[in-house]
Amino acid sequence: MSVSELPPGTFTRRLGHEGIAFHAGPFVVRVVANVAELAAPLRLLYGDLPLVEGGIVDFHIRLQASTGPRRWLRPQVVFVCDGETPFFPLPRRLALALLEWGINWCVHHHAHQYLLIHAAVVERDGAALILPGPPGSGKSTLCAALVHRGWRLLSDEIALIDLADASVLPLARPVALKNESIDVLHSFAPAAVFGPVVRETVKGAIAHMKPPPDSVRRMHEAARPAALIFPEFAVDAAINLAPLPKARAFFQAADLSFNYHILGERGFDALSRLIDGCRCFSFTYSSLDDAVGVLAGLEHEPLMTGSYG
Amino acid sequence: MAEAVIAEPDASAGPLLAVLADCNALLALSAVDLDMLLRQARRTNLLSRIALDASRLEQRLPKTVRAHFDAARTLAADQDRMLRWEVNRLERALAGLAAPVVLLKGAAYALAELPLARGRLVSDVDILVPRPTIGAVEEALLRHGWEHVKLEPYDQRYYRRWMHELPPLRHRDRNTIVDVHHRILPLTSRLHPDPNRQIAAARALADSPFRVLAPADMLLHSATHLFHDGDLSLALRDLVDVHDLLVDFRESPAFWEVLVARARELELARPLFYALRYAAGLLGTPVPADVMMAAARAGAPSAPLVAMMDRLVPLALMPDHPDRPGRQAAAARRLLYVRSHWVRMPSLLLARHLARKALGTRRENGVAQHRGLPREAGPPGH
Repeated sequence: MSVSELPPGTFTRRLGHEGIAFHAGPFVVRVVANVAELAAPLRLLYGDLPLVEGGIVDFHIRLQASTGPRRWLRPQVVFVCDGETPFFPLPRRLALALLEWGINWCVHHHAHQYLLIHAAVVERDGAALILPGPPGSGKSTLCAALVHRGWRLLSDEIALIDLADASVLPLARPVALKNESIDVLHSFAPAAVFGPVVRETVKGAIAHMKPPPDSVRRMHEAARPAALIFPEFAVDAAINLAPLPKARAFFQAADLSFNYHILGERGFDALSRLIDGCRCFSFTYSSLDDAVGVLAGLEHEPLMTGSYG
Repeated sequence: MAEAVIAEPDASAGPLLAVLADCNALLALSAVDLDMLLRQARRTNLLSRIALDASRLEQRLPKTVRAHFDAARTLAADQDRMLRWEVNRLERALAGLAAPVVLLKGAAYALAELPLARGRLVSDVDILVPRPTIGAVEEALLRHGWEHVKLEPYDQRYYRRWMHELPPLRHRDRNTIVDVHHRILPLTSRLHPDPNRQIAAARALADSPFRVLAPADMLLHSATHLFHDGDLSLALRDLVDVHDLLVDFRESPAFWEVLVARARELELARPLFYALRYAAGLLGTPVPADVMMAAARAGAPSAPLVAMMDRLVPLALMPDHPDRPGRQAAAARRLLYVRSHWVRMPSLLLARHLARKALGTRRENGVAQHRGLPREAGPPGH
């Protein structure tokens, strides 16, 4: 049974009590939240995900909203993952954003069975594009756009690289977009489904885009990386997809990794394997349409065939 | 001494305790129990150690558990690497000093290659140096890139006047912390272990100019840290350390012979009594009966006090249910929090100190928190 098939009342009640458990790629996440208004956006964004009943949960998450008098005076919500509270409390209206950030945190803070790179990942015709970039590089926006032009969504934020064979695993989670990107995506992909927009945060406006059903359906299907492309959005910049020397790509990717320094030698080996098997580029763009066009034209064959068990 | 009637830990700690006692218990756990094991192990900082011990059982465990164990082992290996590097950098910084430097706790266990060092996630280094040298040590560290952690003036004064250590020093590049002790308990403590005796008995290390405490002293320090230096909250890890040290050292008969006598000598008979009692009672540590009795004779408090601790210690130290925190456990922890300060300072000072803490605003970089992960102002990577 998928999330959207659960009656709304049941969903809301479960969310506040035993919680809702669902897959996020290879992980099982359970969320308990005493924030009733979260139920509707969660049902929307996670609608296609099959519910998980029983079995081992990887991340037990609780969103704890202030109770008592505090509930009325500057209400806040705290993200808790098994006793850890990695973030300061946020205003209650940011509960959804906090949950999304928090789930990402759980992954990049714990999942050292993978090499984790701060990157968007999309896949088409059997080959994956990995788009590493810091905040502001535009990778999430580019990712959201690609995903509405025929690419499968693996992640907008974290690339999970298998340590044995450097394949990349999907998360297929909602895509977080900020400020102008929200409107840009609305025009670029009118069919895209969005959760509520929250304004006036430190980062401006935030909204989450629902992952396409096909991406969710194929959530457990790994992909073979074919290209590593470092995007950089710059207003009025001329579009430029330029080959990047592999040594350079290696260091940039390591720099953008959450856990390269923790993995030691295994991280080095996995990243080497990844870079070896990929064409590497830097990519400057200002128009989403142009960017998508250029990437669509990129030949997708991976350099190394086979051995992607 | 009456038979121990020590409170039972919460049922949710069952899988964790079973696996600590015998790694093979993993194979008999249901999915529900494995789920709880992972949660409790993570909360009590025992996941990496269990993961290391379970290496040979790997293939017989569910994929999810293997993944968590793999990640936990990776983390432990990295921390061990960083710890040894940190000690290396400290050796370099303190090379010019004539004074002996004794490694304490995690760094000591690792450098002494003790089995209990496996799976410890520790990157802070604690050292013990003779008090007259503390100025020189501090100055050398400051010269090599360590900086004082930012503290309120009250806390700075508190440290220097009453405490057994300098305010923590953080390295500006590596962000790692060094705690420089000149005694193992605060000056204001009711117990007065003589650091000169401990330093005199310290053992040399194979690959380092630094030293480590002699086995009995190491055990006593661990016991003291647990029962007289912290507030026991979720301190199962520290009790496991006590257990491990006892198991590691028990092979040599000399260890048992000197243990209680040394405890008397260092005025640490009380924490030794508690350590032996609760390690044996809660973790099944094999302690020879005569040693138990001698420790009780040397260090047991009044019977009512023992009975109270028998109730409070398991409640505070053992993890309660992660989703349903026990009210009793919370109450026990509050009481033991007060106790932990009471044992460290005279009543008047305590009252003033607690009032100050209660009235002051929460300070993320404050004294009690310096070892924690800094809380991130916003989500990372955004």
